[in-house]
Amino acid sequence: MTAVDQHPAAAFEDNDQKPVGHGRMLRKEDPRFIRGKGRFCDDVQLPGMLHLAILRSPVAHARIVSIDTSAAEAHPKVKAVVTGAALAEMGLAWMPTLSGDVQAVLATDKVRFQGQEVAFVVAEDRYAARDALELIDVEYDLLEPVIDARRALDPSAPVIRDDLDGKRNNHVFDWETGDEAATEAVFAAADVAVTQDIVYPRVHPAPMETCGSVADYDRIDGRLTLWSTTQAPHAHRTLYAIVAGLPEHKIRVISPDLGGGFGGKVPIYPGYVCSIVASIVTGKPVKWMEDRSENLTSTGFARDYIMRGEIAATRDGRILAVRTNVLADHGAFNGVAAPVKYPAGFFGVFTGSYDLEAAYCKMTAVYTNKAPGGVAYACSFRITEAVYLIERLVDCLAYELKMDPVELRIKNFIQPEQFPYKTKTGWVYDSGDYEPTMRKAMEIAGYDELRAEQVERRARGELMGIGISFFTEAVGAGPRKDMDILGLGMADGCELRVHPTGKAVVRLSVQSQGQGHETTFAQIVAEEIGIPPADIDVVHGDTDQTPFGLGTYGSRSTPVSGAAAALVARKVRDKARLIASGMLEVSVADLEWQKGSFHVKGDPTKSVTIQDIAMRAHGAGDLPEGVEGGLEAQICYNPENLTYPHGAYICVVDIDPGTAQVKVRRFIAVDDCGTRINPMIIEGQVHGGLTDGVGMALMEMIAFDEDGNCLGGSLMDYLIPTSLEVPDWETGFTVTPSPHHPIGAKGVGESATVGSPPAIVNAVVDALKPFGIRHADMPLTPSRVWDAMRGAPQPPI
Amino acid sequence: MTVNGEEVTREIEGRLLLIHFLRDHLGLTGTHWGCDTSNCGTCVVWLDGEPVKSCTVLAAMAGGHEVRTVEDLEQDGKLDPVQQGFMECHGLQCGFCTPGMMMTARALLDRNPDPSAQEIREAISGQICRCTGYATIVRSVQWAAAHEAGSRTDETDSPETVATGTAS
Repeated sequence: MTAVDQHPAAAFEDNDQKPVGHGRMLRKEDPRFIRGKGRFCDDVQLPGMLHLAILRSPVAHARIVSIDTSAAEAHPKVKAVVTGAALAEMGLAWMPTLSGDVQAVLATDKVRFQGQEVAFVVAEDRYAARDALELIDVEYDLLEPVIDARRALDPSAPVIRDDLDGKRNNHVFDWETGDEAATEAVFAAADVAVTQDIVYPRVHPAPMETCGSVADYDRIDGRLTLWSTTQAPHAHRTLYAIVAGLPEHKIRVISPDLGGGFGGKVPIYPGYVCSIVASIVTGKPVKWMEDRSENLTSTGFARDYIMRGEIAATRDGRILAVRTNVLADHGAFNGVAAPVKYPAGFFGVFTGSYDLEAAYCKMTAVYTNKAPGGVAYACSFRITEAVYLIERLVDCLAYELKMDPVELRIKNFIQPEQFPYKTKTGWVYDSGDYEPTMRKAMEIAGYDELRAEQVERRARGELMGIGISFFTEAVGAGPRKDMDILGLGMADGCELRVHPTGKAVVRLSVQSQGQGHETTFAQIVAEEIGIPPADIDVVHGDTDQTPFGLGTYGSRSTPVSGAAAALVARKVRDKARLIASGMLEVSVADLEWQKGSFHVKGDPTKSVTIQDIAMRAHGAGDLPEGVEGGLEAQICYNPENLTYPHGAYICVVDIDPGTAQVKVRRFIAVDDCGTRINPMIIEGQVHGGLTDGVGMALMEMIAFDEDGNCLGGSLMDYLIPTSLEVPDWETGFTVTPSPHHPIGAKGVGESATVGSPPAIVNAVVDALKPFGIRHADMPLTPSRVWDAMRGAPQPPI
Repeated sequence: MTVNGEEVTREIEGRLLLIHFLRDHLGLTGTHWGCDTSNCGTCVVWLDGEPVKSCTVLAAMAGGHEVRTVEDLEQDGKLDPVQQGFMECHGLQCGFCTPGMMMTARALLDRNPDPSAQEIREAISGQICRCTGYATIVRSVQWAAAHEAGSRTDETDSPETVATGTAS
């Protein structure tokens, strides 16, 4: 019995209620979660399991003078205490990051950010392990920290990465895209040019489940089983093989149910490696689960881009060019998880949804004494920053031209006939039809009425704002000729087996963190092969059980693995057709496919179902010449291009003039992600992303004091939206299929996180128009809005 | 203490938190741990019928009291309407905050069988969901309210009465 059988679907606008295939269908994974029977990493209990806790640096930058572990080792429940020096003897003190840098597993020479891993303890229970951390005595020789990225390249700044040969500054990389000279020429000739400094502050994905792992090393056969909170189990397996020198076929990485990820569970964290070392050293299974402060202070942050944006246009609002200079704060180690050739991720799509004559970006990335990371929090590889930049700039231009922000956008949209559209920074947008999406959002919002209401409210001294954003995303990394992570091409495997009775199992390389893969992928296969989703099991998150692939992030599951699932099903269907031709004694050309069965053209009474064919494929009966038994297939899908979903968002805010508190009154999101597989799941993903947007725009920031103390190290300080800060979301959709994806689908998981912050900030700035304000940096907390209203300089972020 | 209707007696450290007692000692892993500071609410269970955050309750403090966890919502193979509502209305994605949300929702409906959307939002405002954006959680609780109305023939707050209500 499954969800699709039991439940009449609720009345949603795009509920097509197809019993087999695409359409609203309740999730196959929910029955275990609503009973408390999900299996998360911390739920794994193994006989004799020990617990690991990590000692972290209390300071941002210091030389380690000495570490005394003797008291901790004497603790009766402690089994092992390991320092960086001990790891160095094993050659494991450093590990590669996903962007070709190295990161300390445990610090040996210096600590480089507050919260960095210094030593670990393995003990009989989690409380004893924590107790023993208190018994380790570390002497630090404090060094001056580099906290403000703007100071990192100052010649007087201390060098953070003196572990790197010959490193004499804090420079990570320079990167540029577009045509500098052509852009300068357009700017020089333009009627209007607007410059705006824009900061996208450091934020954190903070999934409800923190990171952790359970390592179980079998000394007899040399096999390592690792349960870990990873969004990319296969890539992690390969990296563990490289880091630890274990043969890859002896490593099994299991990513169980994940309590959210949002990109924060893509990197390999020192804790995972420590648990592996601990299991090898002790011969016992070892669990490591970080606490919330460890999560917020040491795992992958997001954003931290200091941007100067410029936009050039004609006086009547034709946008000509965009130019930006970016200072990127990468923290103490370059831990960005992005395709190797894209050190700034996909920030190159900062030209947005507009048809420009020229564009140019110059970026410099620096080291600071802060936690490493950079690509996380549903950012689609930095598209969050890119969309925020362009959508703020367009609003700044509208402000200067005194134009309506919707009118300005529509005037400059790439037109439907221009697709595939190559941007001035080299991205080829696959498909799009922007104006209908924008119009739909305006219709749902009642845009003209809102503007009229705003005029009335302003006359009464009330602060109401209407904010627009229109985004184009680039998701589904990616073509293997262009995209790899540490040499691993970003193609995804998929395997489908149809059993004799016509039930099936599909094995995916991607891993769900809540996206509902067990449902969506069953639906994709069902649509292609006509077996009900209830009869299709989806296996994922276990490297021993699934084909190789690069994992779930950057909204890539549906664009890449979704395509793989559709194509592997078609491959099985092709074989089924051959078998059907034998069963019906007609040529293949005389067969017609109707979802779930083949019949003879012109004679629907002569047919065989996919279930009949499955039994024949495994049975004793004759098969056509040259056809092997069995009904299964495996493929590896290499995407031809990224997919480019788009969307139009409208936000309505009210600001209390007495307290400067921003209230999001309404939020309208119209998304176009191409073919919609399960509208319920899509809507859910959009809702979640919009909530992230409220958090980033109004509440969330990982701030530091001048000594490098993290000021956002708990959920009392790092504020995440609750049910009271967000409105009841209003959603809509348009459908512009991707021309190159087998079922026309595009990614959607991150669209709302990418698209919503500029809509909210644009709304707040719009509300503050009577104060002559053109820009204010996130997070727009009451104190920052209050300062802006009073014309006070805002404290730098 | 009584946990989900069963008497439980254990020798424990005085500092042991209720969340760890439930998870590590009793194997009731449906209740989750998320923050340490009473902010996230993934650890919500009932203590004598009141939702509490079990990361900030000592297990010893629950001695002699009644604890109820998510594992007890389903009774005699019948889902609680709240559980059904969360499935029907997509009130969960990763499922990590869900047990805590459902325990709070159940407590709310026991006191207020027909809460407004704002009342539901206020009831769950001490809990964080990072996936759903809350609107579908509100709808889930409303679904539960709509589908148990009429099946509750008396006003008792007994969990059994609720759980054996119409869960279709």
